Amino acid sequence: MAREMMFAEAIAVAITEEMQRDPSVVFYGQNMAMTDRDPFVRKFGKDRVRITPISETAELGVAIGAAMNGLRPIVELYMAEFMLVAFDEVVNEAPRLRYMSGGQVKVPCVFKAGFGFAAGWAGQHSNCIYHAMMGIPGLKVAVPSTSADAMGLMRAAIRDDNPVVYLHHYMLTIDKGPVPEGEHIVPFGVADVKRQGTDVTIVATAWMVKKSLAAAEQLAKEGISAEVVDPRTLAPLDVDTIVESVKKTGRLVLVDQAPRHASAAAVIAGEVAERGFEYLKAPVKMVTALDASVPYSEPMEKFVLPSEDKIVQAVKSVMARQAAVV
Amino acid sequence: MGASSALSNEKLKWMYTQMCRIRDFEERVKRTFVEHPGVIRGHAHLGDGAEASIVGSLATRHENDLVMPSYRCHGYPLVLGTSAKAVMAEIYQRKTGVCKGFGGSMHLADPAHHLPTASGIIGQGIAHAAGAAYAAQVKKTGQVVYSFFGDGSSKQGAFYETLNMAAVWKLPVVFVLENNEYQAYTHIKLEDANAIAGDPLSQKAKAFSIPGVTVDGTDPLKVYDVVSEAAERARAGNGPTLVESKFYRFSPHGNAITVPPVPTQFQEHEAIEVYGNKAEFQAAKDNDPIKKFRAHLISTGVLNEAEAKKIEDFVRTEMDEVVKFALESPMPAPEDALNNVYA
Repeated sequence: MAREMMFAEAIAVAITEEMQRDPSVVFYGQNMAMTDRDPFVRKFGKDRVRITPISETAELGVAIGAAMNGLRPIVELYMAEFMLVAFDEVVNEAPRLRYMSGGQVKVPCVFKAGFGFAAGWAGQHSNCIYHAMMGIPGLKVAVPSTSADAMGLMRAAIRDDNPVVYLHHYMLTIDKGPVPEGEHIVPFGVADVKRQGTDVTIVATAWMVKKSLAAAEQLAKEGISAEVVDPRTLAPLDVDTIVESVKKTGRLVLVDQAPRHASAAAVIAGEVAERGFEYLKAPVKMVTALDASVPYSEPMEKFVLPSEDKIVQAVKSVMARQAAVV
Repeated sequence: MGASSALSNEKLKWMYTQMCRIRDFEERVKRTFVEHPGVIRGHAHLGDGAEASIVGSLATRHENDLVMPSYRCHGYPLVLGTSAKAVMAEIYQRKTGVCKGFGGSMHLADPAHHLPTASGIIGQGIAHAAGAAYAAQVKKTGQVVYSFFGDGSSKQGAFYETLNMAAVWKLPVVFVLENNEYQAYTHIKLEDANAIAGDPLSQKAKAFSIPGVTVDGTDPLKVYDVVSEAAERARAGNGPTLVESKFYRFSPHGNAITVPPVPTQFQEHEAIEVYGNKAEFQAAKDNDPIKKFRAHLISTGVLNEAEAKKIEDFVRTEMDEVVKFALESPMPAPEDALNNVYA
């Protein structure tokens, strides 16, 4: 039996249930747990649920130190860009310490942040910065696209013995979706085929999965069968499932909200070029944000970001390209 | 009378021994660059001159208290009980190193001996120490965490953010700001507002409404008095203290940064090499914490000349064996590099 849950609610339920299960899980961040009426404070007390000063370096560094001394901290960062002011802790402390210690310590912590806003937040709060994290050995990166994955990946993130950047797309916050009953866990490094298809593989993450599924519906009406694959975690990245899908369809469209040269799409294109070239009937096509910062004004924002229509056009172009080649 | 007046003769001898071990160890590291070029790669930072500060601080620890130093980290594990052989082997890139050759001089870690990690990035480890203290607070372990960092670190955002948060959360942590007057190659009077104004750096504590104390870091007993008070304050749940421990490092910031195959060695201290201030350096050498503590122990009858010499000979023999062990140890297998990426 599945239950309907909003995306944000699924994350909150996962955190709540993991905190109930494991007393070493703590949860803190700015502008939360401000009063005793806070539901997390009511359930878990002020030792485990805390408000912090607006000090990201301290928040993340404290999580790392706490993780090395027996806690499993979840840091609420609200916006992924706020990690940038503390990026040393994200990419050059948390994932390096275990390795540099020769495996003596572990750093189990979750850096939770929304990302990718596309509702007029302009240049500094609308970004997809996962490219800077997905290539850091020791760091894991989760990017759920559905309520079920949001819950399952959060549970897996909390239980993981490594630092995890958990990025939830703001535009999915109030989307509802089915969530399996019980302790639903989504393992890291396992892509999910969100829609089966035979003509073309679309790989997308987070909000772009929703747009790709809508595009696939539209394409189906025109007789094109698109398979939509969601990696769900960018590190580790399930290249096998993507290559398997390409083997079946022979065509690949990569949809990514990040700018082209800072996208997961570019990395996946490289993997498929190396491992799946012989299956391709047409060149790989990337649908990414244009190489501009995200502008404030709506028509310009729409112009820069990938859209359902851009995905449809990209799929049609790879279908046509193949037809032209044959 | 400070807490140090209750220290037993046995503990005082232990403190002198540890100070000698740090000094000899660091001198052996430095000599390695001359005697065995290439055995130490990258950058090594020595703590000679810091012996009284390190030992005076760590002598106040309770059994499970944690220590989180900066990249200038050789001395602390030696005092905490880590095998000096394993520390030297790590610096010599060996599989027998305390981090199996994964970390090197700047990133020593030995959680089994209460040193979880050292960060090589200035100031960032201050936040890790506060985090370990947060875990101690939540889990009610009774631990105090000792955070060691240099004067340069006190210009980092991590310092200000962490001290504020540690004060707000009343974390059981002691912040030991080791003021050796140089931020890498830069003299403190070129980059610290307090120093320029002639004020102690401990007054940075006022910004967080926590105690700030400056202590003569060349006297292990004075350091012991101040740090033990700070540690007990932390243990009692009254939050952090900023201790400014003033001493002078006798070696330059690190070995010269060169590109292979150009050999790297330790040059003269910045005071001489950069600023041409031999008098400053000589004054610091004349105030050597080890010589001073030795004279103190002899004048108070804790040690006689023969006993002091015996300790010094014992340490020299130990360090001969340490170097031999590290030199003879095997290198890691290349493919070991893929171990320890993920837990």
